[in-house]
Amino acid sequence: MNHFPEAWGRPRDDIYGSYNPQFLPNSHAQQSGHPTTHTQSPIVTGTSVIAVKYKDGVVIAADNLASYGSLARFTDVHRLKPFNKKAVVGFGGDVSDMQYLDRLLNSLDVKENYSHGHDDAESDKALMSAKNLHTYLSKVMYKRRSDFNPLWNALLVCGLSEDGTPFLASVDLLGTTFSAPTLATGFGAHLAQPILRRVVPDEAASKALDKEAAVAAVKECMKVLFYRDARSMNEYSIAVVDKSGVDLKQKEKLEGQSWAFAEQIKGYGTQTV
Amino acid sequence: MTSIGTGYDLSNSVFSPDGRNFQVEYAVKAVENGGTAIGIRCKDGVVLALEKLVGSKLLKKDANKRIATVDRNMGVVHSGLLPDGRHFVSRARDEAASWRSTYKAPIPVSSLANRMGAYVQAYTLYSSVRPFGITAIIGGWDAETEVDVDGAVGSGPKSGSGGKTEGAKQGGPYLYMIEPSGLYWGYYGAATGKGRQAAKAELEKLKLNPKDGDCISLEEGVKEAARIIYVAHEDSKDKDFELEMTWISAVNGPTKGRHEEVPKELREEAERLAKIALEGEDEEEEGKMEE
Repeated sequence: MNHFPEAWGRPRDDIYGSYNPQFLPNSHAQQSGHPTTHTQSPIVTGTSVIAVKYKDGVVIAADNLASYGSLARFTDVHRLKPFNKKAVVGFGGDVSDMQYLDRLLNSLDVKENYSHGHDDAESDKALMSAKNLHTYLSKVMYKRRSDFNPLWNALLVCGLSEDGTPFLASVDLLGTTFSAPTLATGFGAHLAQPILRRVVPDEAASKALDKEAAVAAVKECMKVLFYRDARSMNEYSIAVVDKSGVDLKQKEKLEGQSWAFAEQIKGYGTQTV
Repeated sequence: MTSIGTGYDLSNSVFSPDGRNFQVEYAVKAVENGGTAIGIRCKDGVVLALEKLVGSKLLKKDANKRIATVDRNMGVVHSGLLPDGRHFVSRARDEAASWRSTYKAPIPVSSLANRMGAYVQAYTLYSSVRPFGITAIIGGWDAETEVDVDGAVGSGPKSGSGGKTEGAKQGGPYLYMIEPSGLYWGYYGAATGKGRQAAKAELEKLKLNPKDGDCISLEEGVKEAARIIYVAHEDSKDKDFELEMTWISAVNGPTKGRHEEVPKELREEAERLAKIALEGEDEEEEGKMEE
């Protein structure tokens, strides 16, 4: 078997002859003899990010695990990045692409502050809102997918929009944007989203939801994800963004786990049946 | 001026027989006409202050800020030709950004001063350019706390080599002044522009050397800075001016290690005290006259 993934799916040399690099731009033909390729799959990855809008703000959570394939490789990776007082970004997918985006956002924040006075209500109005940030990130992601060189992430951007109302939206590696009162990326889109939707079926329900209920719903979902998602862990970060700013906790542990259900289901633990 | 007519002042990068570059000296003259700018390095931060001369009544008050932020933890105030200062700041921001992209950490103030010094000096070497018509004061705070590498995830290994000296002091307040020749020094207190002589005389009276003990605090520095700008303005009293002040404190101080404008209340209080101090001086002088 050919163990080089770049060869998979290509026409067989013994039937079609070897690849003819003649048609490539000179720079490529001389260097590799192959067309340029970009990321085909992520390497070190983070799993789901989940978030809920409530009446005064947004709650967002993601666990602290970075997996290398199925190996739980890094257990202290913080995937929620506060941008400013008004916005937090949650990253799923490739961790190195997350680091790239984090640096990009850092340089954006430095530039934002050039013309920004100091810490008061008046200057806060001029801060980039979560909505602005989502627009920016969606353009970055779409540009990269259009270059056939995507950033392999699924992002949730949450916080406050310019008028101070809660904001939550997603953007993925294709540059697709989506907004809803509850959102989840990755495995969470299948497992957590239905649970969250039961609590918050629509915008009206989100406007009636208080902070405690929102945090409880998110914590419950993190627990279910840990039960079912094999790329997850029991330590997670959770952030609440509202008018008072960002309250980020990065060392939360899952509480009140009960694995009793596992006994009746195939595939858990050391069952032989 | 003795240089006029000798022909040695017509081109940049040309020495006169007695070893002077007249174009650079003329650039210094341009600085001497600018509003006074000062910087004070205090125990727990740096203050930058500027006597912003208001050229027209049609300009909006408190708009058109002149003290610029570079990265997050540094400020630049300059005196002289404004557009030259703008370009200087733009370059400083680029240097800070390029340092970050290389080292994934903020640029230390000393390194920024070094790079900007080299940049300004390059403009004394070629006949195709003229020297910068500004003297710039760079103030900043290098984080004294452990700073994560930009984009870092996780905390890394708990054991193993770190290459760090236990208990070594790092970071703190820094202040540099760069002249049109590219010359720069680190200062306890720096002043440039029209009122620099008066300002320097006042700065020398302050306790700024940390080795002598009881170095002034950042809040005292803010009040002194305001007073010094008012003192320096005495000689050009007929002109209107606005006081612009920014500060940078330690990470646990009022600005959390960032370069920010001094809050309005504190600035107004400092200005009030400055005016009282000036009136007091005038009365003393009058008293002496009477004797």
